[in-house]
Amino acid sequence: MTAPSHMRTPMRRVRGLGAAHSGTGHFWHQRVTSVAGIPLTIALLIVVVALVGRSHATVGQTLGSPLVAIVMLLFIINTAYHMWIGMQEIILDYVHDDKWKLLSLMANTFYVVIVAFASCFAILKMSFGV
Amino acid sequence: MAELDAGSAHRDRPLSPHLQIYRPMLTMMMSIVHRITGAALYFGMLLIAWWLIAAASGPNAYANVEWFMGTLIGKLVLFGYTWALLHHMLGGIRHLIWDTIHGLGPADRELLTLATLIGSISLTVIIWVVGYLAVGGPR
Repeated sequence: MTAPSHMRTPMRRVRGLGAAHSGTGHFWHQRVTSVAGIPLTIALLIVVVALVGRSHATVGQTLGSPLVAIVMLLFIINTAYHMWIGMQEIILDYVHDDKWKLLSLMANTFYVVIVAFASCFAILKMSFGV
Repeated sequence: MAELDAGSAHRDRPLSPHLQIYRPMLTMMMSIVHRITGAALYFGMLLIAWWLIAAASGPNAYANVEWFMGTLIGKLVLFGYTWALLHHMLGGIRHLIWDTIHGLGPADRELLTLATLIGSISLTVIIWVVGYLAVGGPR
């Protein structure tokens, strides 16, 4: 016996994970990356303030030293994912036209991947000194 | 279940009030500022990328970054970036507190929101004073 359609509850939609088909995954990931972002942002500020006005050689050496490089890489990767989710949320809120929505969602991904990859590559280059 | 009569679904109904109806309140202003600072930081990430790539490229490329950051516009952008970063971070902490269902009362939420604003401005000034006068600056 099947339930009449008016007895269907919102649970049915929850099990189907909603219109995005991915449930609350991004909501949770945004929380996780925001918590991780607090110490990483403080670390970034300390690194930047300590390197302001220093010579190029000192800056390269410091950014390439293992501890600073690891912290900077974590900052870049964590921030990249956080801002990718955030910009996607902004796009989904304000861009309603399907064509522009798809294009801006794609542009968001391209921008974040390029910026993150370029930043990480620069840090790794300074670390390995090639 | 009560049946809807066919006409009522399309009848003009009162719309819920939107932004222009509400008196601006600190919590709602800071809500939109959180999103604006987030979007600004999204593009501000280019500054960090430029800084890192220039440092990895060599002295000439790094000199260009230093030159830009030394101009008035560069300093303003960097100052704005510092504030946006701190404001978004403190606003994020406020949202994390709210996620635990704490601090949502009428007095608490206003206090938390005011604290993030005062905190971000004070911390920005402190970091620049420390960075410019005590630790960094031209040397």
